[in-house]
Amino acid sequence: MDTIFALASAHGRAGVAVLRISGPHSHWAAGQLCALPPVRQAGLRVLRHGGETLDQGLVLAFSAPNSFTGEDAVELHLHGSIAVVAKVSEVLAQMEGLRLADAGEFTRRAMDNGHLDLTQVEGLADLIDAESESQRKQALQVLSGAIAEKVAPWRADLLRAAALIEATIDFADEDVPIDVAPEVLGLLCRVKEDLVAEQARTGAATAIREGFEVAIVGAPNVGKSTLLNALAQREAAITSDIAGTTRDVIEVRMHIAGLLVTLLDTAGLRDSDDVVESIGIARAKQRAEASDLRIFLLQQPGEAFDVASRPDDILRYAKSDVSTVAMPSVSGKTGAGVEDLLAEIASKLAPKTSSAGVFSRQRHLLALTTAEIALGKAINTLPRASVMPEVIATEIRVALNALEGILGHIGVEDLLGEIFSSFCIGK
Amino acid sequence: MKQFDVIVVGGGHAGAEAAAAAARMGSRTALVTLRCDAIGVMSCNPAIGGLGKGHLVREIDAFDGIMGEAADRAGIQFRLLNRRKGPAVQGPRTQADRKLYRQAIQALLAEYESLTILQAEVASLIIGSHRVGGIVLADGSHIKADAVIITAGTFLNGVIHVGDQQRAGGRVGDAPSILLAQQLADLDLQRGRLKTGTPPRLDGRTINWSVLDSQPGDDTPTMFSFLNSAPFVPQISCGITQTNARTHDIVRHNLGRSAMYGGHISGVGPRYCPSIEDKVVRFADKDHHQIFLEPEGLDDPTVYPNGISTSLPADVQHQYVRSILGLESVVITQPGYAIEYDYFDPRGLDPALQVKAMSGLFFAGQINGTTGYEEAAAQGLVAGLNAALLATGRPLVTLSRSESYIGVMIDDLTTHGVTEPYRMFTSRAEYRLALRADNADQRLTETAIALGCVSEKRTNSYSTKAGLLSAAQSLLSQTAFSPRELQAAGVEVSADGARRSAYDVLAFEGVTPEHAARLVPDFASFDQAIQLQTACDALYVQYIQRQDRDIQRLRADEALAIPAGFDYSGIPGLSNELTQKLKRVLPVNIFQASKIEGMTPAALLLLISHVRRPSRRLMA
Repeated sequence: MDTIFALASAHGRAGVAVLRISGPHSHWAAGQLCALPPVRQAGLRVLRHGGETLDQGLVLAFSAPNSFTGEDAVELHLHGSIAVVAKVSEVLAQMEGLRLADAGEFTRRAMDNGHLDLTQVEGLADLIDAESESQRKQALQVLSGAIAEKVAPWRADLLRAAALIEATIDFADEDVPIDVAPEVLGLLCRVKEDLVAEQARTGAATAIREGFEVAIVGAPNVGKSTLLNALAQREAAITSDIAGTTRDVIEVRMHIAGLLVTLLDTAGLRDSDDVVESIGIARAKQRAEASDLRIFLLQQPGEAFDVASRPDDILRYAKSDVSTVAMPSVSGKTGAGVEDLLAEIASKLAPKTSSAGVFSRQRHLLALTTAEIALGKAINTLPRASVMPEVIATEIRVALNALEGILGHIGVEDLLGEIFSSFCIGK
Repeated sequence: MKQFDVIVVGGGHAGAEAAAAAARMGSRTALVTLRCDAIGVMSCNPAIGGLGKGHLVREIDAFDGIMGEAADRAGIQFRLLNRRKGPAVQGPRTQADRKLYRQAIQALLAEYESLTILQAEVASLIIGSHRVGGIVLADGSHIKADAVIITAGTFLNGVIHVGDQQRAGGRVGDAPSILLAQQLADLDLQRGRLKTGTPPRLDGRTINWSVLDSQPGDDTPTMFSFLNSAPFVPQISCGITQTNARTHDIVRHNLGRSAMYGGHISGVGPRYCPSIEDKVVRFADKDHHQIFLEPEGLDDPTVYPNGISTSLPADVQHQYVRSILGLESVVITQPGYAIEYDYFDPRGLDPALQVKAMSGLFFAGQINGTTGYEEAAAQGLVAGLNAALLATGRPLVTLSRSESYIGVMIDDLTTHGVTEPYRMFTSRAEYRLALRADNADQRLTETAIALGCVSEKRTNSYSTKAGLLSAAQSLLSQTAFSPRELQAAGVEVSADGARRSAYDVLAFEGVTPEHAARLVPDFASFDQAIQLQTACDALYVQYIQRQDRDIQRLRADEALAIPAGFDYSGIPGLSNELTQKLKRVLPVNIFQASKIEGMTPAALLLLISHVRRPSRRLMA
């Protein structure tokens, strides 16, 4: 039995995100990230992987049969950030014997282990149905357009490649071309290159669906929270004249020029002896690194922070109502320069959307990666097509099946159809 | 009082294998056929096996069936297809002497003491309430039994076409058969119409063999049965020739006179076995098509020209055949023809091949929309085993897609139905690397022994082999070698520091049992067959492990049976559309249900919970 994992809470930004892991390797897997607390006791843990800190959160372990699924299970209560969840998921996916759960799979396991009664199942089914209905509608809309347009030619190319290989296997005795390798190589390489390019675009696609993160970064008491409130047009963050008022990251979701944006107000960057403030500062740096766009609020020219700069960073001189050090400047208090700042944010985010791919879900990304890896193996085996076509065929099938998960079903009938329409079979 | 446990109607390849299987299970079995001397007749091409088909024969043999043994006794040109490719896609095939094959089948059936062969015509079925109770013969006598297997081939509304001439073929026209057909029609099973064709048969003495290429059998023939190691009779070669532009002109010029192109045939023919008319029309850019000239027997001059089946009139057949190299003065002994026939939609069957609507009634073979001797025999085996199990009140057995080609075929048939005559291909098996012809016994014989359909001789032979294979594998897996040690033994491996066992490296290309014996000298003490089989088993290990996850889920879903008569309307929350689909398809397990178009995870969840409810109540 595989060990499966998935986000159990709603996708997107939230206070807390719960990642559930279930199956025989769940305790082992969580144990790779932190020291597991005793069963059924919550423990605050820092999750680390390969020397890198992933997040800090509550960890809860359950032993079979006393868990939702009836299997050994672990819940990781992470910070509700898409970046954090994605990173932890990625780490888990690379562990031996772990994989992302299919739709309804936790519930299926719970039921297989007799852990759900009928009313519970019906309640869950309603929920899943509601979700899958909206997903289906969305999928249909997407399918009728961009995704279908992308996947259909890959599917056709792989089907053709598979048919060429299968024809040399199943109709070895008949009038089929013997050396199909050159045509298959061309087809597989073309699809593989496309898959690589498409994967590079998935990050932006996810951002469009889930929102861009825009972080406000600067020294303490420079007016970051005041600016956030001005941009959001509400009192989202507490403001005061005391440096270090903002300690944790404050998030405000809003639309800027039609794009979903999460504004992040972060702790002012300085050296601090205060333990709590230090954690806030570390977190501020981390979020600034991970965000899609940063606004640096400066007090004077040449001011530097412990955050690597990027070409598209936005620079503003702070508190233009008090003193105008240099241009461009902004004042959260009076609102001067806020419109101008919003326009610049919009113009900096716009190019990021145009490069976006159509595959925005983690499931899509997983499918593209799986297909790409399989095609790589198939291509490496192609020089030996005459002696091990069955291995090449298996890899192409893995790739087709992965893409099938995105777009409808590819049955063997499609394959045979391709063979019979291409070659004269029947000696 | 019943006279038999199981009655098999029909003596073709499905009927013979079904009767043998039921008899092996210890059932008192009757095989009822119109002509005892026609049992085991090969009515189409004189060959057994091939790709996918050879796998089926090996699987039948793993159950101690008769087709593999008969093919070995009658084989006159053995070839292992795809010999140079991987073992997963190698398929044993042989040309078979028609007379020897028929004789072998009849001799093998005669060995079963619990099998009675009756020459009679079946008029109708004895039907109780949703249960079959036996048959009525044309002379009015009743024969009672717990299970009846119908292997009627193409007898249902068969029509034979030669050009624009038609005549009723099979059993149409006989009043009693019409009654049987009517009874079957009353079962509310969907029917469809298919067609298939044959080439003209040639007199080999009028072929100019000297100008033709010939294709000999393999130097080391590969047998079908795991119990045989060499051919029984002398071996021959086949001839090879091809059509040419003139042949195609003749065919094209006369297309209007072809039964198929003249609009006389409505049935759907197989795409993989096109007639010469089809080839000329659909592949107009090809200027020739290959023809294999297959002798029908050692002392029979008839030759089967494989590749030019047709429904053109006899005079056109004469003309185009004589346009072909080597056949300039050939004599046609029997013109080719197309045959149209009815089949029953196999979606009306459960995976044991029992008619869902009629307990005790089984269908096997061409009646289910398949083509080929091997496909028919494999279904006969499954129907025979299950009829015997039913008669003794034991649970029925079904084979999974993940363990056999037979399972793939029956799942395809009962889940998807057919749109053309169904033939087995290796590409139909998604677990092809695990389902090989070479390991059919390892996959199935233990199951067969547990069922009780395996002779003592085979049980002993298999146990010995399985013990040796397991010993050889653990011997090779015991010791891990460094890259340097492996390289010293001639194994090409990168110096990555990883230690690998001899079994691991047998999966590498170019690594042979000899390499393994250099690493582990004791391996050389196993005989060659065991060494080679160990290498086959090692070759795909990593791919098979990757597929195991899918296989586990598949088996879990297959294991969740939906009871017959399950009430879908009693499930709140299940959409009306899906309820209707479920009622129409009547899936027998959750795996089948999951493949219904439009099935959602939520609906499946609901279904599973309701299917499981009674058992939980019992447990509580």
